Amino acid sequence: MDEGWIDACGLEDIEPEDVIGFSHGGARYALYRTDDDRYFATDGLCTHERVPLYNGFVMGQIIECPKHNGRFDFTNGEAKGAPVCENLKTYETQQRNGRLFVKIA
Amino acid sequence: MTMSRPDQHISKTAGDKTGTHLPTLRDYSLVGRESALAEENGLAAAEWYSVKIDRKVLKGLMKRKDGPAIRDTIIWFAALALSGAGGIYFWGSWWCIPFFLVYGVLYGSSSDSRWHESGHGTAFKTPWMNEALYSVASFMIFREPTIWRWSHTRHHTDTIIVGRDPEIAAPRPPDIKTLLLNIFALVNAWKGIQSLILHARGRLTPEEESFVPESERSKVYRTARIYIAILVAVVVACLAFQSILPAMLVGLPTLYGGFMTIFFGLTQHAGLAEDVLDHRLNSRTVYMNPLFRYLYWNMNYHIEHHMFPMVPYHALPGLHEAIKHDCPEPYPGTIAAYREIIPTLLRQTREPEYHVRRQLPSGVDAVPYNPGAVFKTAG
Ligand code: FES
Repeated sequence: MDEGWIDACGLEDIEPEDVIGFSHGGARYALYRTDDDRYFATDGLCTHERVPLYNGFVMGQIIECPKHNGRFDFTNGEAKGAPVCENLKTYETQQRNGRLFVKIA
Repeated sequence: MTMSRPDQHISKTAGDKTGTHLPTLRDYSLVGRESALAEENGLAAAEWYSVKIDRKVLKGLMKRKDGPAIRDTIIWFAALALSGAGGIYFWGSWWCIPFFLVYGVLYGSSSDSRWHESGHGTAFKTPWMNEALYSVASFMIFREPTIWRWSHTRHHTDTIIVGRDPEIAAPRPPDIKTLLLNIFALVNAWKGIQSLILHARGRLTPEEESFVPESERSKVYRTARIYIAILVAVVVACLAFQSILPAMLVGLPTLYGGFMTIFFGLTQHAGLAEDVLDHRLNSRTVYMNPLFRYLYWNMNYHIEHHMFPMVPYHALPGLHEAIKHDCPEPYPGTIAAYREIIPTLLRQTREPEYHVRRQLPSGVDAVPYNPGAVFKTAG
Protein backbone atom coordinates (compact mmCIF):
# COMPACT_ATOMS: atom_id res chain seq x y z
CA MET A 1 0.00 0.00 0.00
CA ASP A 2 1.17 3.57 -0.71
CA GLU A 3 2.69 5.55 2.08
CA GLY A 4 0.12 7.37 4.25
CA TRP A 5 -3.06 5.71 2.99
CA ILE A 6 -5.24 4.40 5.80
CA ASP A 7 -8.12 1.97 5.47
CA ALA A 8 -10.84 4.04 7.15
CA CYS A 9 -14.15 2.18 6.63
CA GLY A 10 -16.32 0.22 4.26
CA LEU A 11 -17.99 2.29 1.54
CA GLU A 12 -21.40 1.17 2.78
CA ASP A 13 -20.63 2.20 6.36
CA ILE A 14 -21.59 5.73 5.37
CA GLU A 15 -25.17 6.41 4.33
CA PRO A 16 -25.68 8.49 1.17
CA GLU A 17 -25.58 12.22 2.02
CA ASP A 18 -24.13 11.59 5.45
CA VAL A 19 -21.00 11.68 7.55
CA ILE A 20 -19.29 9.39 10.06
CA GLY A 21 -16.36 9.85 12.41
CA PHE A 22 -13.06 8.02 12.25
CA SER A 23 -10.10 8.10 14.68
CA HIS A 24 -6.52 7.35 13.82
CA GLY A 25 -3.31 8.06 15.71
CA GLY A 26 -5.16 10.12 18.30
CA ALA A 27 -6.71 12.42 15.68
CA ARG A 28 -10.34 12.54 14.61
CA TYR A 29 -11.56 12.73 11.04
CA ALA A 30 -14.92 13.11 9.33
CA LEU A 31 -15.72 10.92 6.32
CA TYR A 32 -18.45 11.95 3.91
CA ARG A 33 -20.53 10.32 1.22
CA THR A 34 -22.57 12.47 -1.16
CA ASP A 35 -25.91 11.32 -2.53
CA ASP A 36 -24.17 10.53 -5.84
CA ASP A 37 -21.64 8.32 -4.03
CA ARG A 38 -18.57 10.52 -3.99
CA TYR A 39 -16.41 10.23 -0.86
CA PHE A 40 -14.48 12.93 0.99
CA ALA A 41 -12.52 13.29 4.21
CA THR A 42 -11.77 16.27 6.45
CA ASP A 43 -10.55 16.97 9.95
CA GLY A 44 -13.13 15.73 12.40
CA LEU A 45 -13.36 18.85 14.54
CA CYS A 46 -14.88 22.19 13.65
CA THR A 47 -12.37 25.02 13.28
CA HIS A 48 -14.58 27.24 15.43
CA GLU A 49 -14.77 25.49 18.79
CA ARG A 50 -13.44 22.00 18.08
CA VAL A 51 -16.84 20.31 18.13
CA PRO A 52 -17.08 16.92 16.31
CA LEU A 53 -18.39 17.60 12.82
CA TYR A 54 -19.37 13.98 12.32
CA ASN A 55 -22.39 14.64 14.53
CA GLY A 56 -23.40 17.34 12.09
CA PHE A 57 -25.71 17.46 9.11
CA VAL A 58 -24.81 16.96 5.45
CA MET A 59 -26.65 18.98 2.82
CA GLY A 60 -25.30 18.43 -0.69
CA GLN A 61 -21.59 19.06 -0.25
CA ILE A 62 -22.00 21.14 2.89
CA ILE A 63 -21.39 19.90 6.41
CA GLU A 64 -23.16 21.88 9.11
CA CYS A 65 -21.61 21.90 12.56
CA PRO A 66 -23.97 20.69 15.30
CA LYS A 67 -22.99 23.42 17.77
CA HIS A 68 -23.51 26.76 16.02
CA ASN A 69 -24.57 25.75 12.52
CA GLY A 70 -21.22 26.80 11.03
CA ARG A 71 -20.94 25.43 7.48
CA PHE A 72 -18.07 24.07 5.42
CA ASP A 73 -17.85 22.79 1.87
CA PHE A 74 -16.37 19.40 2.69
CA THR A 75 -15.10 18.88 -0.87
CA ASN A 76 -12.52 21.63 -0.42
CA GLY A 77 -12.79 22.59 3.25
CA GLU A 78 -13.97 26.12 2.57
CA ALA A 79 -15.60 27.87 5.56
CA LYS A 80 -18.88 29.36 4.35
CA GLY A 81 -19.17 32.23 6.83
CA ALA A 82 -19.60 33.16 10.50
CA PRO A 83 -19.20 31.64 12.97
CA VAL A 84 -16.66 29.59 11.05
CA CYS A 85 -13.88 31.76 9.72
CA GLU A 86 -11.08 29.22 9.27
CA ASN A 87 -11.13 26.58 6.52
CA LEU A 88 -11.20 22.88 7.31
CA LYS A 89 -8.30 20.62 6.37
CA THR A 90 -9.24 18.06 3.74
CA TYR A 91 -7.65 14.71 2.87
CA GLU A 92 -7.48 12.72 -0.33
CA THR A 93 -9.66 9.62 -0.52
CA GLN A 94 -9.62 6.49 -2.66
CA GLN A 95 -12.06 3.63 -3.05
CA ARG A 96 -10.53 0.17 -3.19
CA ASN A 97 -12.42 -3.12 -3.12
CA GLY A 98 -15.40 -1.69 -1.30
CA ARG A 99 -13.27 0.16 1.26
CA LEU A 100 -12.56 3.85 1.73
CA PHE A 101 -8.92 4.84 2.10
CA VAL A 102 -7.82 8.24 3.37
CA LYS A 103 -4.37 9.74 2.82
CA ILE A 104 -3.59 11.05 6.26
CA ALA A 105 0.16 11.66 6.26
CA MET B 1 -32.19 34.25 25.39
CA THR B 2 -31.60 37.30 23.38
CA MET B 3 -32.98 40.27 25.16
CA SER B 4 -29.98 41.88 26.69
CA ARG B 5 -26.24 41.64 26.65
CA PRO B 6 -23.81 41.55 29.56
CA ASP B 7 -22.69 45.13 29.33
CA GLN B 8 -26.32 45.79 30.15
CA HIS B 9 -26.20 43.61 33.26
CA ILE B 10 -23.46 43.80 35.77
CA SER B 11 -24.99 42.30 38.85
CA LYS B 12 -25.29 44.51 41.88
CA THR B 13 -24.90 43.51 45.49
CA ALA B 14 -28.04 42.03 46.91
CA GLY B 15 -28.28 42.92 50.52
CA ASP B 16 -31.08 41.41 52.52
CA LYS B 17 -32.45 44.09 54.80
CA THR B 18 -33.09 41.54 57.55
CA GLY B 19 -29.47 40.54 57.43
CA THR B 20 -30.34 36.85 57.28
CA HIS B 21 -28.73 36.46 53.86
CA LEU B 22 -25.20 37.30 52.99
CA PRO B 23 -24.80 39.93 50.32
CA THR B 24 -24.25 38.01 47.13
CA LEU B 25 -22.50 39.18 44.05
CA ARG B 26 -22.06 37.46 40.76
CA ASP B 27 -20.26 39.23 38.02
CA TYR B 28 -22.12 38.61 34.78
CA SER B 29 -19.61 40.48 32.66
CA LEU B 30 -17.58 38.42 30.21
CA VAL B 31 -14.29 39.87 31.30
CA GLY B 32 -14.60 39.63 35.06
CA ARG B 33 -13.98 37.25 37.92
CA GLU B 34 -16.71 34.75 37.02
CA SER B 35 -15.40 34.44 33.52
CA ALA B 36 -12.09 33.10 34.80
CA LEU B 37 -13.93 30.96 37.35
CA ALA B 38 -16.07 29.35 34.65
CA GLU B 39 -12.94 28.39 32.76
CA GLU B 40 -11.29 27.02 35.91
CA ASN B 41 -14.36 24.97 36.67
CA GLY B 42 -14.49 23.46 33.19
CA LEU B 43 -17.75 25.19 32.37
CA ALA B 44 -16.49 27.14 29.36
CA ALA B 45 -17.03 25.52 25.95
CA ALA B 46 -17.80 22.29 27.79
CA GLU B 47 -19.52 19.14 26.65
CA TRP B 48 -23.26 19.22 27.28
CA TYR B 49 -25.77 16.52 27.97
CA SER B 50 -27.62 15.36 24.89
CA VAL B 51 -30.59 13.03 24.76
CA LYS B 52 -29.79 9.96 22.68
CA ILE B 53 -31.70 9.96 19.44
CA ASP B 54 -31.52 7.62 16.48
CA ARG B 55 -29.36 9.19 13.76
CA LYS B 56 -31.93 8.42 11.03
CA VAL B 57 -34.71 10.10 13.02
CA LEU B 58 -32.49 13.12 13.71
CA LYS B 59 -31.49 13.37 10.04
CA GLY B 60 -35.15 13.47 9.10
CA LEU B 61 -35.80 16.23 11.63
CA MET B 62 -32.78 18.28 10.53
CA LYS B 63 -33.91 18.32 6.90
CA ARG B 64 -34.11 21.87 5.57
CA LYS B 65 -37.04 23.20 3.60
CA ASP B 66 -37.84 26.53 1.99
CA GLY B 67 -41.61 25.99 1.89
CA PRO B 68 -42.67 26.57 5.51
CA ALA B 69 -40.60 29.73 5.98
CA ILE B 70 -41.61 31.16 2.56
CA ARG B 71 -45.24 30.63 3.52
CA ASP B 72 -44.77 32.10 6.99
CA THR B 73 -42.75 35.06 5.69
CA ILE B 74 -45.34 35.91 3.02
CA ILE B 75 -48.06 35.82 5.69
CA TRP B 76 -45.89 37.94 7.97
CA PHE B 77 -45.18 40.66 5.42
CA ALA B 78 -48.77 40.62 4.16
CA ALA B 79 -50.03 41.07 7.73
CA LEU B 80 -47.49 43.85 8.28
CA ALA B 81 -48.60 45.60 5.07
CA LEU B 82 -52.31 45.29 5.88
CA SER B 83 -52.04 46.38 9.50
CA GLY B 84 -49.63 49.19 8.56
CA ALA B 85 -52.00 50.37 5.83
CA GLY B 86 -54.88 50.30 8.33
CA GLY B 87 -52.81 52.32 10.79
CA ILE B 88 -52.05 54.93 8.12
CA TYR B 89 -55.68 55.04 6.91
CA PHE B 90 -57.09 55.56 10.40
CA TRP B 91 -54.24 57.78 11.60
CA GLY B 92 -55.65 60.57 13.70
CA SER B 93 -58.55 58.49 15.03
CA TRP B 94 -58.69 55.91 17.82
CA TRP B 95 -59.26 53.26 15.17
CA CYS B 96 -55.60 53.30 14.29
CA ILE B 97 -54.74 51.74 17.69
CA PRO B 98 -55.74 48.12 16.97
CA PHE B 99 -53.98 48.29 13.63
CA PHE B 100 -50.76 49.60 15.17
CA LEU B 101 -51.05 47.04 17.94
CA VAL B 102 -51.00 44.24 15.37
CA TYR B 103 -48.35 45.97 13.28
CA GLY B 104 -46.21 46.62 16.37
CA VAL B 105 -46.31 43.02 17.60
CA LEU B 106 -45.49 41.68 14.15
CA TYR B 107 -42.68 44.20 13.74
CA GLY B 108 -41.28 44.54 17.24
CA SER B 109 -41.87 41.04 18.65
CA SER B 110 -42.15 38.50 15.83
CA SER B 111 -38.94 39.86 14.37
CA ASP B 112 -37.17 38.31 17.40
CA SER B 113 -37.93 34.74 16.34
CA ARG B 114 -37.26 35.52 12.65
CA TRP B 115 -33.93 37.07 13.61
CA HIS B 116 -33.15 34.04 15.71
CA GLU B 117 -34.06 31.28 13.27
CA SER B 118 -32.47 32.90 10.24
CA GLY B 119 -29.35 33.63 12.32
CA HIS B 120 -29.02 29.89 12.85
CA GLY B 121 -29.48 29.46 9.11
CA THR B 122 -32.31 27.01 9.68
CA ALA B 123 -35.36 29.04 8.63
CA PHE B 124 -34.88 28.35 4.92
CA LYS B 125 -32.94 25.76 3.00
CA THR B 126 -31.58 28.46 0.66
CA PRO B 127 -28.75 30.40 2.33
CA TRP B 128 -29.45 33.81 0.76
CA MET B 129 -33.02 33.71 2.04
CA ASN B 130 -31.74 33.22 5.58
CA GLU B 131 -29.31 36.09 5.17
CA ALA B 132 -31.97 38.42 3.74
CA LEU B 133 -34.42 37.65 6.54
CA TYR B 134 -31.63 38.00 9.10
CA SER B 135 -30.76 41.50 7.88
CA VAL B 136 -34.37 42.73 7.85
CA ALA B 137 -35.36 41.12 11.16
CA SER B 138 -32.19 42.38 12.89
CA PHE B 139 -33.12 45.95 12.05
CA MET B 140 -36.71 45.44 13.14
CA ILE B 141 -35.71 44.06 16.54
CA PHE B 142 -32.95 46.70 16.67
CA ARG B 143 -30.03 44.33 17.04
CA GLU B 144 -26.81 44.85 15.22
CA PRO B 145 -26.53 41.70 13.10
CA THR B 146 -22.84 40.90 13.45
CA ILE B 147 -22.59 41.64 17.18
CA TRP B 148 -25.68 39.62 17.91
CA ARG B 149 -24.68 36.74 15.69
CA TRP B 150 -21.56 36.34 17.79
CA SER B 151 -23.25 36.93 21.11
CA HIS B 152 -25.83 34.28 20.24
CA THR B 153 -23.06 31.90 19.23
CA ARG B 154 -21.60 32.29 22.71
CA HIS B 155 -25.06 31.84 24.24
CA HIS B 156 -25.16 28.42 22.59
CA THR B 157 -21.64 27.48 23.65
CA ASP B 158 -22.15 28.50 27.27
CA THR B 159 -25.86 28.68 27.93
CA ILE B 160 -26.50 30.47 31.26
CA ILE B 161 -22.90 30.01 32.36
CA VAL B 162 -22.15 33.11 34.42
CA GLY B 163 -19.23 35.11 33.06
CA ARG B 164 -19.54 33.45 29.66
CA ASP B 165 -23.09 33.81 28.35
CA PRO B 166 -23.78 37.32 27.02
CA GLU B 167 -27.53 36.74 26.84
CA ILE B 168 -28.62 36.07 30.41
CA ALA B 169 -31.92 37.93 30.52
CA ALA B 170 -32.51 37.57 34.26
CA PRO B 171 -29.23 37.66 36.16
CA ARG B 172 -29.39 37.17 39.92
CA PRO B 173 -30.53 39.19 41.63
CA PRO B 174 -32.84 40.17 38.79
CA ASP B 175 -33.14 43.82 37.93
CA ILE B 176 -36.93 44.07 38.04
CA LYS B 177 -36.98 47.73 37.02
CA THR B 178 -35.02 46.98 33.86
CA LEU B 179 -37.21 43.99 33.07
CA LEU B 180 -40.32 46.16 33.43
CA LEU B 181 -38.87 48.96 31.30
CA ASN B 182 -37.97 46.39 28.68
CA ILE B 183 -41.60 45.44 28.27
CA PHE B 184 -41.39 48.34 25.83
CA ALA B 185 -37.75 47.64 24.99
CA LEU B 186 -36.79 50.95 26.62
CA VAL B 187 -33.53 49.95 28.29
CA ASN B 188 -32.48 47.76 25.40
CA ALA B 189 -33.19 50.50 22.87
CA TRP B 190 -31.30 53.09 24.90
CA LYS B 191 -28.30 50.77 25.25
CA GLY B 192 -28.68 49.88 21.59
CA ILE B 193 -28.39 53.51 20.54
CA GLN B 194 -25.29 53.95 22.70
CA SER B 195 -23.78 50.84 21.11
CA LEU B 196 -24.61 52.08 17.62
CA ILE B 197 -22.81 55.34 18.26
CA LEU B 198 -19.78 53.54 19.68
CA HIS B 199 -19.64 51.13 16.75
CA ALA B 200 -20.20 53.84 14.16
CA ARG B 201 -17.07 55.47 15.58
CA GLY B 202 -15.18 52.25 14.91
CA ARG B 203 -14.97 50.89 18.44
CA LEU B 204 -16.21 47.93 20.47
CA THR B 205 -16.65 47.42 24.21
CA PRO B 206 -14.15 45.06 25.93
CA GLU B 207 -17.02 42.59 26.32
CA GLU B 208 -17.70 42.63 22.61
CA GLU B 209 -14.02 42.23 21.88
CA SER B 210 -14.19 38.98 23.86
CA PHE B 211 -16.63 37.37 21.42
CA VAL B 212 -16.41 39.22 18.08
CA PRO B 213 -13.35 38.12 16.07
CA GLU B 214 -11.11 40.75 14.47
CA SER B 215 -12.11 39.71 10.97
CA GLU B 216 -15.77 40.54 11.65
CA ARG B 217 -15.33 43.96 13.23
CA SER B 218 -15.37 46.10 10.09
CA LYS B 219 -18.84 44.69 9.35
CA VAL B 220 -20.01 45.87 12.77
CA TYR B 221 -18.83 49.43 12.12
CA ARG B 222 -20.35 49.57 8.62
CA THR B 223 -23.74 48.25 9.72
CA ALA B 224 -23.89 50.67 12.67
CA ARG B 225 -23.46 53.55 10.22
CA ILE B 226 -26.22 52.16 7.99
CA TYR B 227 -28.58 51.81 10.97
CA ILE B 228 -27.89 55.38 12.03
CA ALA B 229 -28.50 56.60 8.46
CA ILE B 230 -31.89 54.82 8.38
CA LEU B 231 -32.89 56.26 11.76
CA VAL B 232 -31.85 59.76 10.69
CA ALA B 233 -33.89 59.34 7.48
CA VAL B 234 -36.95 58.43 9.59
CA VAL B 235 -36.46 61.52 11.77
CA VAL B 236 -36.10 63.69 8.67
CA ALA B 237 -39.31 62.17 7.23
CA CYS B 238 -41.12 62.95 10.51
CA LEU B 239 -39.93 66.55 10.36
CA ALA B 240 -40.82 66.87 6.69
CA PHE B 241 -44.35 65.53 7.22
CA GLN B 242 -44.69 67.24 10.60
CA SER B 243 -45.92 63.90 11.95
CA ILE B 244 -44.59 60.90 13.87
CA LEU B 245 -46.38 58.58 11.46
CA PRO B 246 -43.14 57.60 9.62
CA ALA B 247 -41.61 56.60 12.98
CA MET B 248 -44.77 54.66 13.87
CA LEU B 249 -43.99 52.52 10.82
CA VAL B 250 -40.19 52.27 11.09
CA GLY B 251 -38.29 52.43 14.38
CA LEU B 252 -40.90 52.97 17.08
CA PRO B 253 -42.67 49.60 16.58
CA THR B 254 -39.60 47.99 18.17
CA LEU B 255 -40.67 49.81 21.34
CA TYR B 256 -44.45 49.90 21.32
CA GLY B 257 -44.71 46.40 19.84
CA GLY B 258 -41.84 44.78 21.73
CA PHE B 259 -43.77 43.46 24.71
CA MET B 260 -44.24 39.96 23.32
CA THR B 261 -40.48 39.62 22.90
CA ILE B 262 -39.98 39.76 26.63
CA PHE B 263 -43.19 37.83 27.32
CA PHE B 264 -41.97 34.91 25.22
CA GLY B 265 -38.29 35.39 25.92
CA LEU B 266 -38.41 35.24 29.71
CA THR B 267 -39.93 31.77 29.55
CA GLN B 268 -36.72 30.43 28.01
CA HIS B 269 -34.38 30.42 31.01
CA ALA B 270 -35.46 32.92 33.70
CA GLY B 271 -35.34 31.56 37.24
CA LEU B 272 -33.70 28.26 36.27
CA ALA B 273 -30.26 26.94 37.19
CA GLU B 274 -27.03 28.69 36.28
CA ASP B 275 -23.77 26.87 35.58
CA VAL B 276 -25.18 23.47 34.67
CA LEU B 277 -24.16 21.58 31.55
CA ASP B 278 -27.62 20.27 30.81
CA HIS B 279 -30.22 22.26 28.88
CA ARG B 280 -32.98 20.28 30.57
CA LEU B 281 -32.09 22.09 33.79
CA ASN B 282 -31.63 25.62 32.50
CA SER B 283 -34.23 25.89 29.72
CA ARG B 284 -38.00 25.59 29.53
CA THR B 285 -40.21 23.90 27.02
CA VAL B 286 -43.62 25.50 27.26
CA TYR B 287 -46.68 24.45 25.26
CA MET B 288 -48.16 27.41 23.43
CA ASN B 289 -51.21 27.99 21.26
CA PRO B 290 -50.87 28.04 17.44
CA LEU B 291 -50.93 31.85 17.22
CA PHE B 292 -48.11 32.19 19.76
CA ARG B 293 -46.19 29.43 18.02
CA TYR B 294 -46.54 31.30 14.72
CA LEU B 295 -45.37 34.58 16.25
CA TYR B 296 -42.56 32.83 18.10
CA TRP B 297 -41.68 30.26 15.44
CA ASN B 298 -41.80 27.35 17.89
CA MET B 299 -39.04 28.69 20.14
CA ASN B 300 -41.23 27.55 23.02
CA TYR B 301 -39.56 24.17 22.41
CA HIS B 302 -36.50 25.65 23.95
CA ILE B 303 -34.79 22.62 25.47
CA GLU B 304 -35.09 20.97 22.08
CA HIS B 305 -33.65 23.98 20.27
CA HIS B 306 -30.63 24.25 22.53
CA MET B 307 -29.89 20.55 22.48
CA PHE B 308 -30.22 20.24 18.70
CA PRO B 309 -29.82 23.69 17.11
CA MET B 310 -29.67 22.11 13.65
CA VAL B 311 -33.35 21.20 13.77
CA PRO B 312 -35.40 23.91 12.02
CA TYR B 313 -38.31 25.57 13.76
CA HIS B 314 -40.95 23.68 11.78
CA ALA B 315 -39.54 20.32 12.97
CA LEU B 316 -39.28 21.21 16.67
CA PRO B 317 -42.66 19.69 17.61
CA GLY B 318 -41.43 16.42 16.07
CA LEU B 319 -38.14 16.66 17.96
CA HIS B 320 -40.08 17.29 21.15
CA GLU B 321 -41.99 14.03 20.64
CA ALA B 322 -38.72 12.19 20.00
CA ILE B 323 -36.91 13.31 23.16
CA LYS B 324 -39.60 14.19 25.69
CA HIS B 325 -39.23 10.85 27.51
CA ASP B 326 -35.84 12.08 28.72
CA CYS B 327 -36.84 15.65 29.56
CA PRO B 328 -38.64 17.31 32.45
CA GLU B 329 -42.40 17.68 32.17
CA PRO B 330 -43.15 20.56 29.74
CA TYR B 331 -45.10 23.53 31.10
CA PRO B 332 -48.73 23.27 29.98
CA GLY B 333 -48.88 26.94 28.97
CA THR B 334 -47.41 30.40 29.38
CA ILE B 335 -49.58 31.08 32.42
CA ALA B 336 -48.12 28.01 34.14
CA ALA B 337 -44.63 29.17 33.22
CA TYR B 338 -45.25 32.65 34.63
CA ARG B 339 -46.76 31.19 37.81
CA GLU B 340 -43.25 29.92 38.40
CA ILE B 341 -41.18 32.71 36.87
CA ILE B 342 -42.69 35.74 38.63
CA PRO B 343 -42.45 34.44 42.22
CA THR B 344 -38.99 33.07 41.50
CA LEU B 345 -37.64 36.36 40.18
CA LEU B 346 -39.18 38.26 43.08
CA ARG B 347 -37.66 35.84 45.57
CA GLN B 348 -34.28 36.09 43.82
CA THR B 349 -34.23 39.82 44.52
CA ARG B 350 -33.85 38.82 48.20
CA GLU B 351 -32.22 35.41 47.80
CA PRO B 352 -30.13 35.48 44.64
CA GLU B 353 -28.95 31.93 45.11
CA TYR B 354 -32.53 30.62 44.90
CA HIS B 355 -33.57 28.99 41.61
CA VAL B 356 -35.99 26.45 40.25
CA ARG B 357 -34.64 22.92 40.13
CA ARG B 358 -36.20 21.08 37.23
CA GLN B 359 -37.19 17.51 37.91
CA LEU B 360 -35.68 15.06 35.44
CA PRO B 361 -37.67 11.95 34.61
CA SER B 362 -36.74 9.22 37.06
CA GLY B 363 -34.46 6.48 35.83
CA VAL B 364 -32.92 8.52 33.03
CA ASP B 365 -29.22 9.14 32.77
CA ALA B 366 -28.83 12.53 34.36
CA VAL B 367 -25.56 14.41 34.38
CA PRO B 368 -24.17 15.62 37.70
CA TYR B 369 -26.38 18.49 38.73
CA ASN B 370 -23.59 20.99 38.83
CA PRO B 371 -20.20 19.72 37.77
CA GLY B 372 -18.02 22.16 39.63
CA ALA B 373 -19.15 25.74 39.73
CA VAL B 374 -19.82 27.11 43.14
CA PHE B 375 -22.15 29.99 43.81
CA LYS B 376 -19.65 32.14 45.64
CA THR B 377 -20.60 35.02 47.81
CA ALA B 378 -19.02 38.40 47.31
CA GLY B 379 -15.62 38.53 48.79
S1 FES C 1 -18.18 24.80 16.95
FE1 FES C 1 -18.68 24.53 14.89
S2 FES C 1 -19.71 26.33 14.36
FE2 FES C 1 -19.12 26.62 16.37
